[in-house]
Amino acid sequence: MRRDRFKKDTTAKNYYEDRFYVAPQSPKFDVLGSKFEDDLKALDGLVLNSYVEFDQMVVFVDKNDNLKALEKLKEFGYEILSELSGVDFIHQRGGIEVFYQLLSIKHKRRARVKCFVKNGEFLQSATSLYKSANWAERELYDMMGVWIENHPNLKRILMPDDWYGHPLLKSYPLHGDEAAKWYEVDKIFGREYRDIVGEENRDSAFIDSKDTFNFSRIYHETEYGGVEPSEAYLQEYQEKGGVPFIKHATRDKFKILKKRR
Amino acid sequence: MAFHKVDYTKENGLPVVLTTVDKLVQWGRSNSLWAMSYGLACCAMEMMAAGGGRFDFDRFGTIFRASPKHSEVMIIAGTLTKKHAEFTRRLYDAMPEPKWVISMGSCANTGGMFNTYATVQGVDRVIPVDIYLPGCAPRPETLQYALMILQKKIRKETPRRKQKVKRVV
Ligand code: SF4
Repeated sequence: MRRDRFKKDTTAKNYYEDRFYVAPQSPKFDVLGSKFEDDLKALDGLVLNSYVEFDQMVVFVDKNDNLKALEKLKEFGYEILSELSGVDFIHQRGGIEVFYQLLSIKHKRRARVKCFVKNGEFLQSATSLYKSANWAERELYDMMGVWIENHPNLKRILMPDDWYGHPLLKSYPLHGDEAAKWYEVDKIFGREYRDIVGEENRDSAFIDSKDTFNFSRIYHETEYGGVEPSEAYLQEYQEKGGVPFIKHATRDKFKILKKRR
Repeated sequence: MAFHKVDYTKENGLPVVLTTVDKLVQWGRSNSLWAMSYGLACCAMEMMAAGGGRFDFDRFGTIFRASPKHSEVMIIAGTLTKKHAEFTRRLYDAMPEPKWVISMGSCANTGGMFNTYATVQGVDRVIPVDIYLPGCAPRPETLQYALMILQKKIRKETPRRKQKVKRVV
């Protein structure tokens, strides 16, 4: 009998194993004993969990203590809020992990404050402490749907005001939902034009060779719905006979430049 | 020699050019296409290059205008987002008739690589397009060629008649 050589087929193996490479966790160190020890002490009693990762201090606080923690860190020297956003953990833990990325120019250090906001809970706005939180929180609300309390102007920033859904959630379809599909048609022409304008063609490489309305043979191009010319023609810039004052340019009379002037 | 004694049939022909008003109007129209500069993304750089010295759109009589009220051709260069689609349509509506549209680049034609929730998959979903210009990004020469094709198209039209209703999509 012939030897079965496909026993070790690695392509088939993928179905039984996790075929995605899971990156190992980055090393984490204790804050006590590091250069961040004083920073952590400034946050007495607020910290739920803390570690040093990639030379940055990460502290977890309760979502109701976010302002207190930020205020203390600001007093300590973290005067810049460089980034504020969230991570979607709705499937695993039923909420969004919000992080505040801080920078201290005085101490030449970076730190991150994290808090967990459950679905339907409110987060206090950090705009009073950091001006940059204004737009970042609007983006957090727009893209992830986190409700921010006491924000001066909490409305969408990237998406239109009447957009449905929050696009950076993992549950949001990449191509958008039903509302996104018809957004511009509904807005500009009205719902009743959906049939006339039609659905978006999501496959930009799709060509139906039988569709003579939207596609015509090369060199037989016509306007939409026009009759295809029986004779092929090359698309020339000018009409036969030319245009006043302009020399008629033809395809076969070209000139190759030997060098640039 | 007195003016009335010139025999034009004997000299170099009559100093007269005969044409139809239609042709004259369309010739004038096609050679003074003022383009509304409507750069949305990277393609706009190529459009700017086409307007600059090396490619020189001015020699076609094409001058970029910032106002829709003065423009007759809208060059949509770049990615049109759904948030922006409404304004595009508004600007198109503000342009006086007759007006034409050049859709420049893959993004404007089909949404390009941005097959996502926020990008309009082809500007022809909101305004009627006359010339589709392929490429990502098309070279300025390509835009010039598109403009020349548009000029030819305009010269074929009849100015006095009502324009055919242009379709969307
Ligand atoms: S078609 Fe290409 S170059 Fe043009 S806007 Fe889109 S991505 Fe940019």
